[in-house]
Amino acid sequence: MLLSRVADALYWISRYLERAEHTARLIDVRLDLGLDRRRGADEAWQFERLYAALRLVAPEGVGALGPATLVDALMFDASNRDSVLSCVTLARENARQVREEISSEMWEQINALFLRIKQAQRERTALARPHYLSRAVIEGVHLFQGVTDATMGHGEGWQFLQVGRYIERAGGTAALVDLHVKAGAAAGAGPVEWLGLLRSCAALEAYCRCYTADLRPRRIVEFLLLNVEFPRSVRFAAARVESALRTIARQIGRAAGGRPERLAGRLHASLDYGQVDEILDDPHAFLDGITRHASQVHAAIYQSYIMYPIESALPA
Amino acid sequence: MSDNLFADYGRHRAYDEMFDRSGDVRPHCAPLFDELKRASPDQLNELQLEADKAFLTQGITFTVYGDEQGTERIFPFDLVPRVIPAAEWQTLERGLTQRLTAINLFLKDIYHEGRILAEGVVPRELLQSCRHFRREMRGVPVHGDIYVSVAGTDLVRGEDGRFVVLEDNLRVPSGVSYMLANREVTKQVMPGLFDRYHVRPIAQYGQLLLATLRALAPRAAAEPTIVVLTPGVGNSAYFEHAFLAREMGVALVEGRDLLVHDNVVYMRATAGLRRVDVIYRRVDDDFLDPLAFRADSRLGVAGLLNAYRAGNVSIANAIGTGLADDKAIYAFIPAIIRFYLSEEPILANVDTYLPSDPSDRQYVLEHLDELVVKAVGESGGYGMLIGPHSTAQQRDEFRAKILADPRNFIAQPTLALSSSPCFVDGRVEPRHIDLRPYVLFGTNVSIVPGGLTRVALRKGSLVVNSSQGGGSKDTWVLED
Repeated sequence: MLLSRVADALYWISRYLERAEHTARLIDVRLDLGLDRRRGADEAWQFERLYAALRLVAPEGVGALGPATLVDALMFDASNRDSVLSCVTLARENARQVREEISSEMWEQINALFLRIKQAQRERTALARPHYLSRAVIEGVHLFQGVTDATMGHGEGWQFLQVGRYIERAGGTAALVDLHVKAGAAAGAGPVEWLGLLRSCAALEAYCRCYTADLRPRRIVEFLLLNVEFPRSVRFAAARVESALRTIARQIGRAAGGRPERLAGRLHASLDYGQVDEILDDPHAFLDGITRHASQVHAAIYQSYIMYPIESALPA
Repeated sequence: MSDNLFADYGRHRAYDEMFDRSGDVRPHCAPLFDELKRASPDQLNELQLEADKAFLTQGITFTVYGDEQGTERIFPFDLVPRVIPAAEWQTLERGLTQRLTAINLFLKDIYHEGRILAEGVVPRELLQSCRHFRREMRGVPVHGDIYVSVAGTDLVRGEDGRFVVLEDNLRVPSGVSYMLANREVTKQVMPGLFDRYHVRPIAQYGQLLLATLRALAPRAAAEPTIVVLTPGVGNSAYFEHAFLAREMGVALVEGRDLLVHDNVVYMRATAGLRRVDVIYRRVDDDFLDPLAFRADSRLGVAGLLNAYRAGNVSIANAIGTGLADDKAIYAFIPAIIRFYLSEEPILANVDTYLPSDPSDRQYVLEHLDELVVKAVGESGGYGMLIGPHSTAQQRDEFRAKILADPRNFIAQPTLALSSSPCFVDGRVEPRHIDLRPYVLFGTNVSIVPGGLTRVALRKGSLVVNSSQGGGSKDTWVLED
């Protein structure tokens, strides 16, 4: 038995943590690439692209800012709901509300991650060397996932954690690819940017093993969208969402083919049968469709499991 | 060196848990004293840090009311355990069992026949003016006649070393999670000392609580559905609510997770609605049901009282138990024990003056500088006057308040709560303590050997409440 409110909280714990990990990695990659930027006429760090990659509106004049200000804003700013600290705080708040449902080890891990970021915020050293904090956030989220798999029963609640994580991941990766394809078409982005894209998805090594270090945009797009084995590809994420939703329906004794599974199945199929050449004919339309389908899955989960009308659920 | 650690261990008129009047170590404290003597302040500081860290990472914190930041603090933990010999515990156990048995009989009587009122043992007008008396409960059958399933009785030692009851907490007593957490941490930071003593375990509390709640199930379901009802994450005891739900393996619900249909309580789960049999509520009566009590409550469940009266759900503790821990009714508990059980009370009360009685009132007003005055409806150490520590202005304020509403106050002699060695600022110093054992009343009475020992960490302070600078320490009840 899983309370609807608890399912909701579990779903959001992993969505927020996934978002925190993604943001931390993007900051890390952007600041590292920025150190190699060309000197001279255009020496700005160009943080607008980082904001765009995170689907955020860049504040006025952000292009002229230095790394410390950026780290402050995206890592620590509690008034910015999308900062790493905000995401981890919200994940922790959700975890606090379902402490009886998750294992103590999970709570301690998420609490330790929160305290670690708060400490970094106080000590200010992260502003001079942000890499270590980014690493700590990414590792902290990975540890949470490991601890979750090792200490929590893989029942319905665990499945909701999977759904949240992979829905968020599908959206995040799709948005990144969309941005790069657009920028690539417009300005002919150099190899550095494509390298940055792979690193932003923790995909460089996996890509090289698949295609060698020969970085070709078409292959990179194919890899990040359609690879069946790589855990951060959109197709992989969509498969996980679908299978978790099928399992949930089975675990609570629903007839197969409910709305959430059907919508997730459609999303998964569009990637299963997608052809990279066709996608590249109009990548934006395709990626837009992915995002739209993902939000339909989200809405269907709410209608079926969390905010369902009481009349439909009362015993006759 | 002991000279350092105990250098400032002052002697007071209070009973000391470790040293007797002549300054000798009490026999049951000898191993503890030896351990502390051997330790250096640095070593103890290190243990203290370890312990504090354990509380912080486990999130064993409380939220400070009135602090807009919603700051979470750890409940201060003192390293030095409090040791209670076996024989002393047996007396406490017998006394508490007797007291709770009588209190449950009293509540049943009050909400049904009212024999004790008819016979004039407890004055009727006292009852009618009691804020926690619930008219709605008159004539309502309560499963097994168990009104109070969980009590957290506050005891203190007087100057003569005898335990007396200070307060019966019969509504939603809290703190048991700290008792369990203190034990866990103590075993981690001082396993050697713990091993030298033979301390009775307390970890079975969760199972005992579950059994107590199961005994209340109103229908013959093989597996009754039990839930813990919490006001939510903003409540200062939220950690404990989640902790107990996890210990018992039952759902932790908020009011918004529950609904009542045809006088049956359901919870909203992903698989649909599921019937609820027993609610261990950590929400006050006032907030349980907006249709019956406070209409502005968002913590409760509309229709819960009717479902309860229809016998479709059990609520622990029952509605209206606060009547029996009213500070004025408290004064009558010894008489209540004699009335229902025809026994002498094993545990004494603190002498209590009721200003609603004219001769008591005069005495109280004349001795405000010696007495502790408490508002009957308050808890948590609020609304109190501690005479010997008060200013003339504070006494005048209380004089006016007592005259305006005598029924709202009680007065007691200022107790010299016993003191226990505590590790404070690198030294061992005496601090005042109390004891709150947790009594479970199901098919039978069970009390885990121990309780929460609260410490007034401010030097000389007599207020042990966590909201007022109090902390706690582990409580070791020894095997025979």
